[in-house]
Amino acid sequence: MDRRFGTAACWLLVIPYIGLLWVPFYNCHDPVLLGFPFFYWYQLAWVPITAILTWIAYRSMRHDD
Amino acid sequence: MMTDIDPTALSVFIFFLALVTVMGFVAARWRRPKTLAHIDEWGLGGRTFGTWITWFLVGGDFYTAYTVIAVPALVYTVGAYGFFALPYTIVVYPFVFMVMPLLWRRAKDHGYVTAGDIVHGQYGSRALELAVALTGVIATMPYIALQLVGMTAVFKALGLHGELPLAVAFIILALYTYSAGLRAPALIAFVKDIMIYIVVIAAIALIPAKLGGYANVFAAADADFKAKGAGSLLLGGNQYVAYATLALGSALAAFMYPHTLTGIFASNSGNTIRKNAVLLPAYTLLLGLLALLGYMGHAANLKLDSANDVVPALFQTLFSSWFAGFAFAAIAIGALVPAAVMSIGAANLFTRNFWKAYIDPQVSDAGEAKVAKMTSLVVKVGALLVIIFLPTQFALDLQLLGGIWILQTLPALVFGLYTKWFRAPALLAGWFVGFFGGTYLVWDAGWKPLHMVPLGETGFTVYTGLLALLANIVVAVIVNAVVPARAAARA
Repeated sequence: MDRRFGTAACWLLVIPYIGLLWVPFYNCHDPVLLGFPFFYWYQLAWVPITAILTWIAYRSMRHDD
Repeated sequence: MMTDIDPTALSVFIFFLALVTVMGFVAARWRRPKTLAHIDEWGLGGRTFGTWITWFLVGGDFYTAYTVIAVPALVYTVGAYGFFALPYTIVVYPFVFMVMPLLWRRAKDHGYVTAGDIVHGQYGSRALELAVALTGVIATMPYIALQLVGMTAVFKALGLHGELPLAVAFIILALYTYSAGLRAPALIAFVKDIMIYIVVIAAIALIPAKLGGYANVFAAADADFKAKGAGSLLLGGNQYVAYATLALGSALAAFMYPHTLTGIFASNSGNTIRKNAVLLPAYTLLLGLLALLGYMGHAANLKLDSANDVVPALFQTLFSSWFAGFAFAAIAIGALVPAAVMSIGAANLFTRNFWKAYIDPQVSDAGEAKVAKMTSLVVKVGALLVIIFLPTQFALDLQLLGGIWILQTLPALVFGLYTKWFRAPALLAGWFVGFFGGTYLVWDAGWKPLHMVPLGETGFTVYTGLLALLANIVVAVIVNAVVPARAAARA
């Protein structure tokens, strides 16, 4: 696959840092999901999201080792 | 909390511990190389571990027994703030994905075993190598001691008091690590993780059912925090920066430790490491749910002597004794795997960056393996003595400093992968400022890892490790720019 595209896909990995380190954005109680306050399910949701973003970056990379 | 010996729980516990002991000794034959008398084989499993073994090994030494005990304990005590372990163990993987395959490649191409080897190879400086290696060893020792704290909580719940059970478990661990090297924890990690997964899934499914659902669990914790006047379900406004910097700083530090690097160097390709960065977050999901056991402790109205008892007490009160025994075995084995990898990581550092560098530069491959094996024994006995003779708080304080110290090796270890601009004297000056400056700040704050940064009217609290890293980098850049290259080469 195109090397430049692979490098671009790696920028996806910046997203979790913004989503998780910008705390004021998610430090609230509502909306509640399955009994979990927003603060908790939002952060838990970033686990699969980050895994998927990393997987996309992985797929678009050249693996020469 | 009950402390009478429960025969069922104890028998199940002993059965599983005996099982992994046998596996530990059998591991020497597993994926058997021509010889174990080589540090690549003993200390890195021959660098042959594929995606699955790496997943179990790195997961097994990164998410430790102490995590299982301490994260819920912190959440139990302070609430939302203790949850920073979750963003920490998420943002660590993009970092691993980008950086660790490069580090692996460097190590593989040149036959490096430790962080010290990499730094020496890159900068040719014995002083910088020594700084990195020494930091690795002293940051790891209290970490091993904390695994013992995790085990002690379990032994206490089983009704086994005193230091004898701990010493027995540790001596057995020391013996099979001695004989099988990294293969032992790699093999045992399979059992450990399957057990931990069963325990956590049972806990998060059944405990809320017994306690009236998650909404009720959160409500009960909230009510307790309000009654106590400490802790809360959400962060206070002054905790935002502390929460984010703790998560980021811990993530950057995590894969600088000798034991996590050992797991990385032992894998068979950079691609294996990238795949693991995709797959390892499965553990983080587990950790997040595990953290909620702290709130379940409130919903179950536990009366505890110490917050560290919250997880064992939950299993004891809410599950039948055979399952409690199973859960305790899972936690105890969860202490043995990382303790083994940590002692191997520290032993590799000692062998390559002290013994080979200063005592016997002509040491043979078999000689290296022998020194590493002996050192792994000494390191474990040392950690055991620390726990037996010194107060637990001492290990906790040291562990806290350990995170800040190990973070200071990041510039020396990582920057060289991307640029040839930095030179050894600059990186050494940066390390010196970060290491001692960080230590001073922690001491100054009364052994707290957070430091108040005054800004405008109020200011905010920041993770000291990250502050020290910033100072470290600034000093390294300035020194590198000011000291002329030739003067540096002569020095």
